[in-house]
Amino acid sequence: MIKTVRSIAVALSAAALLSGGIASAQSVDLTGAGATFPYPIYSKWFADYAQSTGVKINYQSIGSGGGIRQLSEQTVDFGASDGPMSDQELAGAKGGPVLHFPTVMGAVVVTYNVPGLNRPLNLTGDAIADIFAGKITKWNDAQIVAQNRGVALPNSDILVVHRSDGSGTTYIFSDYLNSVSPSWSSSLGKGKEIKWPVGLGGKGNEGVAGQVKQTPGSIGYVELAYAKQNGLPFANVKNAAGRYITPSIASVTAAAASMKLPKNTDYRVSIANAPGKDSYPISSMTWILVYQNQTDRVKGAKLVNFLKWAYKDGEKSAAALDYAPLPASMVSQLQSRLKTIRIADTRVGDTR
Amino acid sequence: MTSLPVDWLEKEKDRRTLRVDASAFSDKVYEALTAACALVVPGLVIAIAVAVFAAAWPAFAKLGLSIVTTSDWDVAAGHFGAAPAIFGTIVSSAVALIIATPLAIGVAVFLSEFSPTWLRQPVGFLVDLLAAIPSVVYGLWGIFVLIPLLREHVMPFLRDTLHLGATPFFRGPAYGPSMLAAGVILSIMALPYISSVSREVLMAVPRSQREAALALGATRWEMIRDAVVPYARSGIIGGIMLGLGRALGETMAVTMVIGNRPEISASLLAPGYTMASLIANEFSEATNDLHLSALMAVGAILFIITLIVNAGARWLVWSVSRKRAQ
Repeated sequence: MIKTVRSIAVALSAAALLSGGIASAQSVDLTGAGATFPYPIYSKWFADYAQSTGVKINYQSIGSGGGIRQLSEQTVDFGASDGPMSDQELAGAKGGPVLHFPTVMGAVVVTYNVPGLNRPLNLTGDAIADIFAGKITKWNDAQIVAQNRGVALPNSDILVVHRSDGSGTTYIFSDYLNSVSPSWSSSLGKGKEIKWPVGLGGKGNEGVAGQVKQTPGSIGYVELAYAKQNGLPFANVKNAAGRYITPSIASVTAAAASMKLPKNTDYRVSIANAPGKDSYPISSMTWILVYQNQTDRVKGAKLVNFLKWAYKDGEKSAAALDYAPLPASMVSQLQSRLKTIRIADTRVGDTR
Repeated sequence: MTSLPVDWLEKEKDRRTLRVDASAFSDKVYEALTAACALVVPGLVIAIAVAVFAAAWPAFAKLGLSIVTTSDWDVAAGHFGAAPAIFGTIVSSAVALIIATPLAIGVAVFLSEFSPTWLRQPVGFLVDLLAAIPSVVYGLWGIFVLIPLLREHVMPFLRDTLHLGATPFFRGPAYGPSMLAAGVILSIMALPYISSVSREVLMAVPRSQREAALALGATRWEMIRDAVVPYARSGIIGGIMLGLGRALGETMAVTMVIGNRPEISASLLAPGYTMASLIANEFSEATNDLHLSALMAVGAILFIITLIVNAGARWLVWSVSRKRAQ
């Protein structure tokens, strides 16, 4: 009896799933592809937005590179990326000028496994650069000890763990090191892949975190959200104002708020090593990429309406998922910037 | 009783010829259908090869053989030297075969020659089941079980207790993720292929072969060594090559345990890289055209290596069976 009931329940739920799948496949209104880092918040946004407006958005988190490629080939309605498009990539986009719309912000934290520490480590940008470049090889190196008085640092080797896969996390991390350390910028630069001189490569945040957790003496970098959700230890990093800042949602938003952006900015800006006294320096925005000229009147209007909603309502749910919301001043600028999107040769402002 | 009406006979005759015609027709359809099936598969292989080589062409044209011969993989600088990945693919697969082959043949010999019948089915089934485990599960097991085990126990034992650290093959610090870890994971993944094929060919060795050896006064071990295994040799080699094919192309599990470091090191304790891992790691975030093309070129090289391995296996099987025939 129970068995029959259960099997009926299973059949019903399978049917429900199936019909749900078919229904959503039929009525997808917009498709997007790109970054994996903001995927959790974007999927919450798309679900919330579908519930309140009925507009369904299908997003494939295939990586920033894939997002840029698909947008350039016009196979998706919008792209998403953790790093801004280069001038060359912008010139190669087939649908004309591409606009960058920052959505939320994230941070990269330095996580480590040093047994016997009684408080979080303090690190400067130079020290982090030298560790990841293989110039500092011991935990009790003078550069680390000088910033951590009273902390017993072992005389053991440092094992560097970095990302093996091309990733926006590596981009944000190397962008920061590139901006603070002259020796880093002259040799290693910034990018989604770095030619790491030392260390092991782990695939994904989980690959790096797994390796660091297991190996005493190791150090790596992961996204703030990942580190918080998995209870990893992370270092306080010295910012441009000379203070050691604990990575947090507030200190990331503070970093963006302290940036003085010119009025006509295209938002392809780095907030690494931001000037404010409360700014966490290894922070970055993540972007949604849209064509300025929307050729499809219906889709274009839906896309703009979604972005309006994201800035008005979506930002509120960012913090709950460990993403930093954009500062209010930037949001209002972006809301007016949405008016520069042209839908089938009419400005958004004109249609309303 | 009336005689059969003539028109009925005529009709029946027509019906029968029609049926013969119909069966001849269905034969033709069947033939065409199977021919189509047989042609689609090689056609697919050729289509894949053409697509990969076409996409790889810009990199080959620009970089030439330096993709194969140099070992500097620096995306930002536009250097694409895949030698460490080629080296890693070959070495990790070789390590896998060195570990897996004796084990797999041991399993196969036990199951076909010694095992009581009631044990044969369950053990054979469990070994075959290894092939059904998804590779990402192997990878996770590698990270959480195998790597700590290697780092804490196996590597120090090999390097210090056995003094293998004196040779270049086991020198240096033991981090865990390493060529050795990749080889061990691959050996477990290749094992069911080798043992399953070997078991089948050993079981197919005729009874007369065994009886003849025993009649000549051979012990059981001598019978297996001199009469059974040589008879099955070409099949066993085929199984090993199947396992090698599995090891060469494996991506996910290896990426998770090999350390992803594009450097050539003689030490098995050092991290390495493989071609499949390189592609899996970088493809999704590659935007630059030359970078994409270089990754395709690595795919093309892997394709060629697999082709060479398979051709070599064919040749080996052929020469072994010819020697026996003589």
